Amino acid sequence: MCGIAGILSRPRGQPPQARELSAMIGRLAHRGPDGNGIHLDGPAGLAHARLAIIDLAGGAQPLANETGSVWVTFNGEIFNFVELRADLVARGHAFRTQSDTEVIVHLYEDHGERFVEHLNGQFAIAVWDRERERLVLARDRAGIRPLFWTEAADRFLFASEAKALFALPEVPRRLDRRSLAQACTFWSALPPGTAFEGVQSLPPGHVMVVTAEGRRLERYWDWTFPSAHEAAPADDRPLADALRELLIDATRLQLRADVPVGAYLSGGLDSAIVATIVRRFTGAPLRTFSLTFEDEEFDESGFQREMVAFLGTDHTSIRCTRADIAAAFPRAVFHAEAPIVRTAPTPLMLLAGHVRAEGYKVVLTGEGADEVFGGYDIFKEAKVRRFWARSPGSASRPRILERLYPYLRHSPAAGRAFTQAFFKEGLEHANEPWFAHAPRWTTTRRIHQFFSPALRESLAGWDPYAEIAGRIPAAAAGWVPMGRDQYVEAHTLMSGYLLCSQGDRVAMAHSIEGRFPFLDHRVIEFANRLPPQLKLHGLQEKYLLKKSMAGLLPESIRARTKQPYRAPDSQSFFVAGRPVDYVADLLSPARLADAGHFDPVAVGKLVAKCAAGRAIGFADNMAFVAILSTMLLEEQFVRGGEGGKGAPACAPGLLAA
Amino acid sequence: MQDVKQAVRQFLLDNFAMGGGVTIADDTSFMEAHILDSTGFIELITYIEETFGLAVDDEEMLPENFDSLANIEGYVARKRAQAPAA
Repeated sequence: MCGIAGILSRPRGQPPQARELSAMIGRLAHRGPDGNGIHLDGPAGLAHARLAIIDLAGGAQPLANETGSVWVTFNGEIFNFVELRADLVARGHAFRTQSDTEVIVHLYEDHGERFVEHLNGQFAIAVWDRERERLVLARDRAGIRPLFWTEAADRFLFASEAKALFALPEVPRRLDRRSLAQACTFWSALPPGTAFEGVQSLPPGHVMVVTAEGRRLERYWDWTFPSAHEAAPADDRPLADALRELLIDATRLQLRADVPVGAYLSGGLDSAIVATIVRRFTGAPLRTFSLTFEDEEFDESGFQREMVAFLGTDHTSIRCTRADIAAAFPRAVFHAEAPIVRTAPTPLMLLAGHVRAEGYKVVLTGEGADEVFGGYDIFKEAKVRRFWARSPGSASRPRILERLYPYLRHSPAAGRAFTQAFFKEGLEHANEPWFAHAPRWTTTRRIHQFFSPALRESLAGWDPYAEIAGRIPAAAAGWVPMGRDQYVEAHTLMSGYLLCSQGDRVAMAHSIEGRFPFLDHRVIEFANRLPPQLKLHGLQEKYLLKKSMAGLLPESIRARTKQPYRAPDSQSFFVAGRPVDYVADLLSPARLADAGHFDPVAVGKLVAKCAAGRAIGFADNMAFVAILSTMLLEEQFVRGGEGGKGAPACAPGLLAA
Repeated sequence: MQDVKQAVRQFLLDNFAMGGGVTIADDTSFMEAHILDSTGFIELITYIEETFGLAVDDEEMLPENFDSLANIEGYVARKRAQAPAA
């Protein structure tokens, strides 16, 4: 796990210089503290910051093939490198190292840009083919590792994080207004958009070939689902057994490392499955970590202790307070490089710091199981709403909604009539791919009322549903409805927010690599082929996954209803009814007016409501966190003049000037 | 006698329709205009109970009573008629 960066100059552009590559990769030191490398070759320059995990002695990058005609800089892991290497050696390739990186250059020699189809892993890769004078960029299927690019002064620039692009003074630094509207609707910008104007992401599952003449973008993999008419088998035990074997194999592959591997225990089902598989089916030692909260509403330490006792693991946890979140939030935003609507990435960044201090670089987590196996309430909600949509006048059908959301203190199910009216909106769109997500996006989009008049005007006519519809394959119309819901979830919240702002970025802030057995593409493909009733069985989530682990987990964990991971939001930033200093400063009318994104009067009302402790709903909390994170981005990347030069050590230090 | 509609309108402008120069007509549906979400109705009903000194029964928590300024005015008037202030 590492950071990568590079430059490809067009004929009229300046050839890349070592000092430029050094400056770029220097901004990614948190991703790769174990060493740097640069390779210059005429119009191309590659850079690498290394976090040594496999082949500690020989795995330095950039790295070349036998003849030096193919070079690679790579962030991530190729989990099946052992098998790929054996196959390549049998076909006559000579290896110089024991690293997973080296399989990439040899696979490229044999397959060109289709090398990526052979990889099982999580990766962002740049290959420089000096004979054909082309740069090939590739990103893993689920979107676990990040890759950004831009063009400036007749040169193509890429990097693991935007802050490395900003190391070059010719790259402009401005927040992108359309991406802000997207983040304040879908929870993240939609690829290829990013928080920054002119900076683009390589979407998950894509390859891009860049030459002096131009760019060619191709999708090599995507989520796909069966058509609407497949029945579940009468006996689903063979499928449950096959799933368990596949998960064991995925976990075994992901334990490959020349350093010890830890695991997170959230208290939920998914991380419990991963930890249990490590304990029961592999010989790997099990070291576990968890987060606890002072706020009871968010804390799952009881379930965590239960799993620790059950597995007998060597375990530590850190306790996260509201004050911790307030103090660390600016640093989390600096790493996320995106407006965020929840503070939840912040505690995970603090946990990564703890893991690192304990001497670990790699952790396995349960990320992805909810998207792959149908764990989220949004899937249940959509199922009930589709059932209701078939008989919109029914009084009894919407009552099923009351069975959802038991964990929320301020449950939307409290006022039945209003809850029903909320979920009834858009009921006539039951066949649209975004049907499941419309209620969530409507709530999130309430943030737009805080936009400045100028921003709102520039967004006139902006249609969030058209944005989504344009990104969904035509074949989706024939899929099972739940497949459409999962597709949208995987391509918005999962890849855009959970794996980035709440995943790679906050873990890599402390040089921690997350690994996700549920996102092995074989697991995704297996699950996507399943009839939906084996995921959501009635309203029981992750049915087949739970069945596959019957007898292997404590029943209280296995049968537990999902509790989404959350952290205290607006209340973290107020002490005795007053905002903490940097918040008061950033959200002052003068600062807001100067930045131009938000309406100071509206934000003032929101801050007053939060200060009084009256912001109990999701909409207010998301608005507050979105506004604060956007203002932090403006401060750190646009106004700061340093373009994200260094991570803020702590909140007051950053903003006290 | 308080102006119920004006008081509720101001409450909504301070707490929900905070930006965007939203105008709330007497018959604007809070739900359809996205002024309130379902949590918002809990806050609204709490405000009405505290401000107008009445208790909203569970079976009264209906859009017909709370989804517009006019509905709220009518509801408050009916409740006051039922239980005149001492």
